[in-house]
Amino acid sequence: MDVKFKILRFDPDKDKKPHWESYQVEMEPTDRVLDGLELIKGRVDGTLGLRRSCAHGVCGSDAMLINGKNLLACKVLVKSLPQPITIEPMRGFNVLRDLIVDMEPFFAKYRAVKPYLIEKDERPEHKERLQSPADREKFEDTTKCILCGACTTSCPSFWANPDYVGPAAIVQAHRFIFDSRDQGKEERVEVLDGRDGVWRCRTVFNCVEACPKGINVTKAIGEVKQALSKGELDPPK
Amino acid sequence: MATHQFDGIIVGAGGAGLMAALQASKTAKIAVLSKLYPTRSHTGAAQGGIGAALGNSEEDNWEWHMFDTVKGGDYLVDQDAAEIMCQEAVEAVYELEHMGLPFNRNADGTIAQRPFGGHTRDHGKAPVRRSCYAADRTGHMILQTLYQQCIKQGVTFFNEYHVIDLLTNNGAACGVVAVEIATGEIHTFHSKGVMFATGGSGRMFKITSNALTLTGDGMAVLYRKGLPLEDMEFFQFHPTGIYKMGILITEAARGEGGILRNGSGERFMERYAPTLKDLAPRDMVSRAIHQELRAGKGVNGKDYVHLDLTHLPAKTIHEKLPDITDFVETYMGLDPTKDLIPIQPTAHYAMGGIPTNSNAEVVIDEKNTPMPGLYAAGECACVSVHGANRLGTNSLVDIVVFGRRGGKAMAQFVQKAALQPLPADPEAPARARIDKLFNSTGTEVVARIREELQAEMMDKASVYRIEADLKKMLEIIEHLKKKYESVRLIDHGKKFNMELLEAFELEHLLQLAQVTVTAALARKESRGAHSRDDYPKRDDANFLKHSLAYPEGSGVRLSYKPVSITRFQPQERKY
Ligand SMILES: Cc1cc2nc3c(=O)[nH]c(=O)nc-3n(C[C@H](O)[C@H](O)[C@H](O)COP(=O)(O)OP(=O)(O)OC[C@H]3O[C@@H](n4cnc5c(N)ncnc54)[C@H](O)[C@@H]3O)c2cc1C
Ligand code: SF4
Ligand code: FES
Repeated sequence: MDVKFKILRFDPDKDKKPHWESYQVEMEPTDRVLDGLELIKGRVDGTLGLRRSCAHGVCGSDAMLINGKNLLACKVLVKSLPQPITIEPMRGFNVLRDLIVDMEPFFAKYRAVKPYLIEKDERPEHKERLQSPADREKFEDTTKCILCGACTTSCPSFWANPDYVGPAAIVQAHRFIFDSRDQGKEERVEVLDGRDGVWRCRTVFNCVEACPKGINVTKAIGEVKQALSKGELDPPK
Repeated sequence: MATHQFDGIIVGAGGAGLMAALQASKTAKIAVLSKLYPTRSHTGAAQGGIGAALGNSEEDNWEWHMFDTVKGGDYLVDQDAAEIMCQEAVEAVYELEHMGLPFNRNADGTIAQRPFGGHTRDHGKAPVRRSCYAADRTGHMILQTLYQQCIKQGVTFFNEYHVIDLLTNNGAACGVVAVEIATGEIHTFHSKGVMFATGGSGRMFKITSNALTLTGDGMAVLYRKGLPLEDMEFFQFHPTGIYKMGILITEAARGEGGILRNGSGERFMERYAPTLKDLAPRDMVSRAIHQELRAGKGVNGKDYVHLDLTHLPAKTIHEKLPDITDFVETYMGLDPTKDLIPIQPTAHYAMGGIPTNSNAEVVIDEKNTPMPGLYAAGECACVSVHGANRLGTNSLVDIVVFGRRGGKAMAQFVQKAALQPLPADPEAPARARIDKLFNSTGTEVVARIREELQAEMMDKASVYRIEADLKKMLEIIEHLKKKYESVRLIDHGKKFNMELLEAFELEHLLQLAQVTVTAALARKESRGAHSRDDYPKRDDANFLKHSLAYPEGSGVRLSYKPVSITRFQPQERKY
């Protein structure tokens, strides 16, 4: 079938501001939007800039606004969308070229929550630490995050205040705070409880809808808020 | 032009590169260069698990794991290296757990394990639970965990740097040249040690589980320098790729009890592998599927068969195979608890690659002479622990064990080695490559040449091979290489010029395809993933040896080296 695309283009060397371009390509209904963008880039206009790698929703490279919603281009089929399919870069980050945005501020916030296991005790020798299936389950949902940015860039609180640490970083913090093996919960409090921390979240739920991994982001943020209110993240006495 | 100096450079930020970085940067000044942001690497796509004889669920030991690895690899495995890998796998998995990897757990809190293709108890007696897993996202968890540790340790990264050349001087490695993708600037990285951990090359085939970026860059960059590639004729086709798309459905689906059925609903693997059935090694299952298709037993006369999970409890599917469920729903509109899943073999894993010894040092001849300062690990390397056919879960073991060994070896090397001076005008070859593409007045298009290569390789050099097809394929590659000479780029910009990078990637694929087909043509036997219709038997008398391919003029020169055989003498391979 013929598929029509409208893509917001921007070349920093040539354009003062972004502009729309229209394309039409022949595709199978079961093809992904990403297949369409690759066809356009390969056959029609080699200057189209986008990031992509895995092509099946596991690497987090190609989150973008598709018909006004944050989606991974590789995880949505063209037959499920009305045409023309409009494609824009994610909102709230600087556009570097076409659909490519500057993700560095996003990763800086990710790093700020200390997204790694903090260990105080010695590691056991020649064996694993034990963890019950029930304890493992407590942070299962937030281990799925692929750092695509779809949640953060769909969040009105983030648009209003770009310093807000944002849902993705809170998801990452959740992943460790609720891991029974982590021994540094208090080290994340400053960022999470601070001015630009979790309290900026107004439970709008856009993030839940945007997350391509089906993570219940708002629930995770809620659990972090609760842990903070109850003082569960304070240093052990 | 910008020049950077480090003790060691690691090219690639997948599991192998990150593991090496964690080791090496403890004592040396290391930089990791990656064309992708690290967490975008394809290690993140690995689903099923990492094999290690922890024996958490039932008796197991590393020697059984080693036997399975050697037999699975159809005796082309270097057994000294396999012994190291299977022994160290156990500590490697504990180390990943200590770093925070969220493995699934048994009721007693230990790491959960499940069966996987070709993994057996006591030398083939029955399937064994050896694959340590985190749902069907084991690779995602490994990649995330290693990257998290890199953040903790403050490892230096140059993200979105595309390496296009290796620098050598006085017979030793001394750096790399890379394009900074954001600006188009060329950078020289000057160092005592260089490690390649650039992953696989599955994009030479049309149907593949590999990322669009898996174009064998590391292998090709070294080959272009005159260094050999080992065992490139062995490319694994995984039996269960989603029909037409190639997206992988992990072997864990069969580990959890899934069954393959042909068009008439028959569980055909019972005929091909009476003991292991659907859990036979991948090369055998892929061939069995092809034979069913050839015999007209595909589904509805089409070129696919079914993977049947419908008899499994919905809870097992949702809890142990959640991503698979998501893929099947998203891409096929099917519900795996109710519907049969159309599958076909998909190009999955390069057993061959840059020859190394078990310290990940690159060796450059038949006598296994190392090149000082040069290392390779992960899928781009060939140690060889996978021989002619890799067992499931053994690549994740490989990247962790040999990534770590390589990182350690490089850290030790840079302590005592002198920094070689840079060659004169180090960027000249890279610049010439770029200028040629920008100045071309031809009319050929990268995407079209790539599509043709992928379709023809799938048709003529995949699961089954025969002399006439391979010869024809070499002619086609020749022709496509000529076309590549007159490729023209539409994008002449510098910032994020993805078209330029794709041109490099295509050139790499063309070179590697030529090596693969030349080596496949010369190997007149069937072994592991390399099956010749015209030579259906394994021929140990003539071919129990590794191939080495060197560039020569516009062609390929082949040479061979012996296999290391320590514990297990070659036997007929039955399951
Ligand atoms: C879908 C799928 C499922 C799998 N499941 C399993 C499994 O369950 N168990 C198992 O053992 N194995 C599995 N494998 C195999 C295994 O995942 C891979 O072989 C392994 O992860 C490769 O790791 P790597 O570090 O070598 O390379 P990768 O993770 O592919 O990383 C390559 C790195 O090199 C960089 N790079 C490449 N070229 C350049 C360049 N020119 N310049 C700069 N950087 C460059 C990339 O940016 C990337 O960071 C699976 C593979 C696939 C495709
Ligand atoms: S939580 Fe979901 S949407 Fe947000 S970055 Fe992670 S995967 Fe993307
Ligand atoms: S390309 Fe990897 S998530 Fe879409």
